[in-house]
Amino acid sequence: MINLESPKKFAPLIGQARQVAREVLRPNSRKYDQAEHEYPKELDMLAALIDGLNDSGSGGAGAAGVRAAKGAEEGNRNGTNMSTALSIMETCWGDVGLTLTMPRQGLGNSAIASVADDEQLARFEGKWAAMAITEPAVGSDASAIKTTARYDEETDEYVLNGTKIYVTSGERADLVVVWASLDLSKGRAAIKSFVVERSNPGMQLIRLEHKLGIRASDTAQFELVDCRVPAANLLGSPDIDQKKSFAGAMQTFDNTRPLVAAMAVGVGQAALDFTRDQLEQAGVTIDYDRPAAVQTGAAQTFLELESDLEAARLLTMRAAWMADNRLPNSLHASYAKAKAGRSGTDIALRCVELCGSIGLSEADLLEKWARDAKILDIFEGTQQIQLLIIARQLLKKSSAELK
Amino acid sequence: MNLTDRGMALGLRALNRFAGLELVDRLGARTASERVVRVAAQRGFQAAGTVGRTFAKRSGGGSASRLKPAGSPSGLFDLTPTDEQEMIRSAARDFAATELRPAAEAADTAAALPDGLLAKSTEIGTTMLGVPEEAGGAVEERSAVTSVLLAEALAHGDLGLAYAVLAPAAVSTALGLWGDADQQATYLPEFVGEDVPTAALAVQEPRALFDPFALRTTATRDGDDYVLSGVKSLVPHVGSGELFVVAADLADRPAFFLVESKTPGVLTEPEPAMGLRAAATGRLVLQDVRVPSSALLGGGDPAVYAEAIRLGRIAWAALATGAAQAALDHVIPYVNEREAFGEPVSHRQGVAFTVSNMAIDLESLRLTTYRAAGRVDMGKSFAREAQLARQLTAQKGMEIGSQAVQMLGGAGYVKDHPVERWYRDLRAAGLMEGALLV
Repeated sequence: MINLESPKKFAPLIGQARQVAREVLRPNSRKYDQAEHEYPKELDMLAALIDGLNDSGSGGAGAAGVRAAKGAEEGNRNGTNMSTALSIMETCWGDVGLTLTMPRQGLGNSAIASVADDEQLARFEGKWAAMAITEPAVGSDASAIKTTARYDEETDEYVLNGTKIYVTSGERADLVVVWASLDLSKGRAAIKSFVVERSNPGMQLIRLEHKLGIRASDTAQFELVDCRVPAANLLGSPDIDQKKSFAGAMQTFDNTRPLVAAMAVGVGQAALDFTRDQLEQAGVTIDYDRPAAVQTGAAQTFLELESDLEAARLLTMRAAWMADNRLPNSLHASYAKAKAGRSGTDIALRCVELCGSIGLSEADLLEKWARDAKILDIFEGTQQIQLLIIARQLLKKSSAELK
Repeated sequence: MNLTDRGMALGLRALNRFAGLELVDRLGARTASERVVRVAAQRGFQAAGTVGRTFAKRSGGGSASRLKPAGSPSGLFDLTPTDEQEMIRSAARDFAATELRPAAEAADTAAALPDGLLAKSTEIGTTMLGVPEEAGGAVEERSAVTSVLLAEALAHGDLGLAYAVLAPAAVSTALGLWGDADQQATYLPEFVGEDVPTAALAVQEPRALFDPFALRTTATRDGDDYVLSGVKSLVPHVGSGELFVVAADLADRPAFFLVESKTPGVLTEPEPAMGLRAAATGRLVLQDVRVPSSALLGGGDPAVYAEAIRLGRIAWAALATGAAQAALDHVIPYVNEREAFGEPVSHRQGVAFTVSNMAIDLESLRLTTYRAAGRVDMGKSFAREAQLARQLTAQKGMEIGSQAVQMLGGAGYVKDHPVERWYRDLRAAGLMEGALLV
């Protein structure tokens, strides 16, 4: 039965997330946009609340829980991928930066939830985990990373060396999931992820970035110098399997890309809601029955932007739905990420134009959303990387053929 | 004077009057006007309904029958069609591949439907979907989603032919949704029989910035009758039409009227266009057409009219989805096979990314259309969703048509490939109002 509405059973959860966005995130938006690198202490209470919600089984509002549930349930499923995407849309309607720095909801948590074994899962439970992939010379081409992990048989430890940049929540997290190569000569199959305690003396925080937006969220650079990690902290298999190792690591993104798309949908919705109010005050209402061409230019633009957001939202929900139903969703995750990433930025920037100086002024939040939105078309795979993934799948091309 | 003669005479009289106007010279419009006159003279006005049937008035005895909306009992997000929908879709895909695609190019060139195609199409139940079981329909529930899946599948074969084939279904659906007992009793039996009438829902009018909520076609009350005047544009198979549902302004409110083509004053004129040619589009000219008060559909309720316009936009979005999918399906193998600079052109990002963007736009259009239709089935408001689907049809649907030609380059511009036809049809789909319903 085709139905693209938000699932009824998630209505209470979405309502809670919206309340959090309105009562906690929005009121703190400007404060932490201006006080970059200051820890938003208001979030601790919020995190406790979210933990409470998770314990009560009503689901959280953050980025956890993308692990495929065990047990084969018959028929159509609406699970944690969907509920997480929907609640992220709401919290990012509140504030993207604060959502990103929600304690214990890091990208590293998603990686752990997706690939950790049961022992690791228990050991890292309740910890906040960041993810460290990018390096100064390596961005989109994650298979080319230069950070190394050497196995030390004597101590049963891995020894990590290298530099990691753009680590979201790197300063605040308890753990950092570090991508490193077991053997640089063996290419992508040798790349593994290692859980490093933030307190590890071998991992030094070098600096925090000053950014265009999402300033509430800290972005760290680390230097790994003979950083020793217990072998038991390697996620997945230590074998260098040419067939599936790297693909396995990349699969995390099939679950997390819809969530980043959901962030873009949330911030895009915030911009549209604000702009609709401003237009109404200026005497322009959006008429859904009359053709766009006979309405004002502002209304036409609004309808165009709203249609893009609608598409982004539905593509995101489909990608999450496929993950919930264990259908391969790599292509659809990229559809969602590409569409939402470009639309979020486009919507926010054009809403600024519609709102004029109100859009640009720090007296309101629209200018901030326009700055925040841009990152969502960059991290977790840029627009261009999404287009590559889509094209390779549709055209059935290898990365050697379609570069 | 029989109807044909009268129609021709009216047409010629109008032309004559126009040609003699001094105003035409004063405005410097002589050349353009003469072109219009010449084309019109070649085609000639024609009285409609020279071959059509007579619909015997029947009484429905009280209340009209209605299909129940399909609903969504589970309230879960789902993209899986029901078994019934899957069956209808698969029959439609088969019909599109075997009957529509092979006939499309010739129909486009001739601006005419192949003989017998309309009759054949009713075998897959096109006109049955909107008809309540008590009135001879085949389904238990009313589902806009089913109609969307059907339209999308048919348009994958050919958008123009899909338009033609689905046009009578718009009329039967309108009767199923809004017809009163007598209207249903009079007309619906014909639509569920073997020989389905050629019928069309006429909303579009020939002018820039056309707004279906500000019609120039008028209906005026005169005693027990309504008198209709105006011109409708791009009406499918207008020349062979037997029954029209005409949108007209009634005391500043838009409404629908059932107009049989045999009614005096109903004239038709071919109006071949850039796209939708296979549907044998034409103008429907209403010259003081007198219809009885029983011709008013849905009691003239503006809410009924607005619902029809919204359903029409969803239908056009569904057609665009099918045609856009056809375009993408054609482009992918082409760019993989076509070589330049020693390798397939698809190895270049300029080409590959265009394919990606076509796919993103297509999926955007599809999901937005499905959501709008799903809301219809659940009895939720859908004006907004229909308008958003319309926006994507007009912008992204058109863009996909344009990029499909671009990806084939010169080969896309010539008629060896169907993409130039899809380019034309996808432009049309984004501006059409009415004519179809889901």
